[in-house]
Amino acid sequence: MSFSVTEPSNRQKWISGALVIGYAIITLLPLFWIVATGFKSSPDSIAYPPKVIFEPTVEGYVNLFTTQTRLSQDAISEPRKNLSWYEQLVREKGNTIVGPSRFSERFFNSVIIGFGSTFFAILLGTISAYAFSRFRIPLKDDLLFFILSTRMMPPIAVAIPIFLMFRHLGLNDTHAGMILLYTAVNLSLAVWLINGFIDEIPIEYEEAALIDGYTRFQAFYKVVLPQAATGIASTAIFCLIFAWNEYAFAVLLTSGTAQTAPPFIPTIIGVAGQDWPAVAAGATLFLLPVMIFTIILRKHLLRGITFGAVRK
Amino acid sequence: MAQIRIENLCKEFGSFTAVESSTFTIEDGEFFMLLGPSGCGKTTTLRMMAGLELPTSGEIYIDSEEVGMKRASERDIAFVFQMFALYPHMNVGKNMSYPLISQGMSRKQAKEKVLEVARILGIEDILNKPIGGLSGGDRQRVALGRAIVREPKAFFMDEPLGALDAEFREHMAEELRALHDRMGATTVYVTHDQLEAMQMGDKIVVMNHGVVEQFGVPQEIYDWPATRFVAQFIGSPSMSFLNFEATINKGDSVFDLGEYEVKIPKMLEEATGKLSLGVRPEHIHFSDRSAYRGETIAVEYLGTTQIVTIRTPHGVIKARASSDTPIASGENVGLEFDARTLSIFHEETGRALQSEANAGVLNRV
Ligand SMILES: Nc1ncnc2c1ncn2[C@@H]1O[C@H](COP(=O)(O)OP(=O)(O)OP(=O)(O)O)[C@@H](O)[C@H]1O
Ligand SMILES: [Mg+2]
Repeated sequence: MSFSVTEPSNRQKWISGALVIGYAIITLLPLFWIVATGFKSSPDSIAYPPKVIFEPTVEGYVNLFTTQTRLSQDAISEPRKNLSWYEQLVREKGNTIVGPSRFSERFFNSVIIGFGSTFFAILLGTISAYAFSRFRIPLKDDLLFFILSTRMMPPIAVAIPIFLMFRHLGLNDTHAGMILLYTAVNLSLAVWLINGFIDEIPIEYEEAALIDGYTRFQAFYKVVLPQAATGIASTAIFCLIFAWNEYAFAVLLTSGTAQTAPPFIPTIIGVAGQDWPAVAAGATLFLLPVMIFTIILRKHLLRGITFGAVRK
Repeated sequence: MAQIRIENLCKEFGSFTAVESSTFTIEDGEFFMLLGPSGCGKTTTLRMMAGLELPTSGEIYIDSEEVGMKRASERDIAFVFQMFALYPHMNVGKNMSYPLISQGMSRKQAKEKVLEVARILGIEDILNKPIGGLSGGDRQRVALGRAIVREPKAFFMDEPLGALDAEFREHMAEELRALHDRMGATTVYVTHDQLEAMQMGDKIVVMNHGVVEQFGVPQEIYDWPATRFVAQFIGSPSMSFLNFEATINKGDSVFDLGEYEVKIPKMLEEATGKLSLGVRPEHIHFSDRSAYRGETIAVEYLGTTQIVTIRTPHGVIKARASSDTPIASGENVGLEFDARTLSIFHEETGRALQSEANAGVLNRV
């Protein structure tokens, strides 16, 4: 690629601006649609032609978090007092709440498994990447390639053997099992990325620390880690995104206690008959954690991505 | 303050020998230069002295204590790296107090110490600045400051001026030397720049391919190089050589160069075969009466002096002459050599033959 050194002309600016905006619209539109659908009423959500302007309601969210059953005609006419706003809302549709839904549980599973596996992948990945980067390891390149090769197989190809192994070990549908699995899958990515970042940190920093009286571990902890923070943060985002969105393993290996949100959200549809607003509400909430995590670390992410390119 | 002694120090990387049986002594308070071309093992030697690399064999004594296998932190030395190795995530003051705090000094004491050193280096007003925005010279000063605060037994510096541009290098070199004179701490300084070594060093060790070629004070090394390599590496332009085949006997103080007789210092060694006569450019004089003649092929004007390249029957040599007398290229000139300053080298081994003039220097090694 080549870049013009001169200031772009107004027309160039205008065209590139239009392209960026166009691209943003194309990518953000589905997202907007999901968020909007979450606030529609059930008929609005399937109206044709589609409604862009509609009366917002939190029905979808209420449906998402509750389990309901249909009320008999008698029960509806029977007046009730002291109903909370959401009970009122459900009652207007002729339903009543019989308990919370599974959504918050599944969502919480996703949080535990996603962040847990990210934590372990980063912890182990940083330690091994440091070793790969700093010590003379026999067959280093082969080992690194071997680690990467674990990523080459599509999950679905290994899903069945893993399922059988997990069943044997009693890890099926457990948090520990899913954390273990996602950590293993993410570890290769973590080792490779962080290895690259640590390679970029001149070894003299640690040597200076060693001479100044620190042990090797202290040098690693106080000198290498702060400088690798950028790379580690961006790696963590990649790991979290993978673990958060993972579907194939989750469908196969979890069904109850440890089920994550991705396999759960589609099942919402069936509960009260094609409840699209509830599905959209689930999807919207599902997007939030990764988005927040990414926004918190976004400075690092940008610097992390350009890190290797700029410095070498 | 410390005396450092290196004995038969070797370092092998796999089958490659980076440092081959080096021996030399650095006296207490000396500014000691490790000089040699790129890849000759200077850094490796220094790193072994500092404890960043373990020797394959040999001993390192700091104050007569063998430290070869000791950790870097136990040797009480400070290391200034070529790229300074200042921690980018800390500001100047933190960078300087870091080694103190890591050794358990209280923050208050460390702060006072840092301020004191910063004053010596003239950097007290940048103590709160981040490393990122500093100029090369200031980084250099901070790196020195970080080394000085600890008051170590010795300073090791690996091409500390290498990252600075030429003009500033000279300035920093002076500053560094002045600082050393003030503190009197033993300093080992690695460089591949012979001029820098000559200017700054109390003593120089010249290395080549992992071998110590010569070790001594700058003037001795310049005047009486122990090997052809040293003769060529030191001085700009370097020593010139007249190549010839002859037999030299013990006690000779004259030998035949074609029809011309050259006076040389009285030889203490005999040699036969291919030899070369080494002469520094400033010891070649033009004289119309001389029977030894050559043709000038290039003249380089350097202000007060000029470098004249001359083709002689025994090879091309360079002479330094005053610019007062203009010399044109293509002239036929007569040449005379300063008898007192000549060295004769054995072609095969590259060694200088011992004469009355250089014996004192060569025997010391
Ligand atoms: N860790 C290592 N593994 C293998 N070879 C090495 C290692 N460190 C240095 N060498 C080799 O040892 C030789 C001497 O290296 P050293 O860094 O000491 O040279 P130097 O004199 O400092 O050169 P320069 O002026 O380029 O810094 C070089 O050929 C280098 O390639
Ligand atoms: Mg070096």
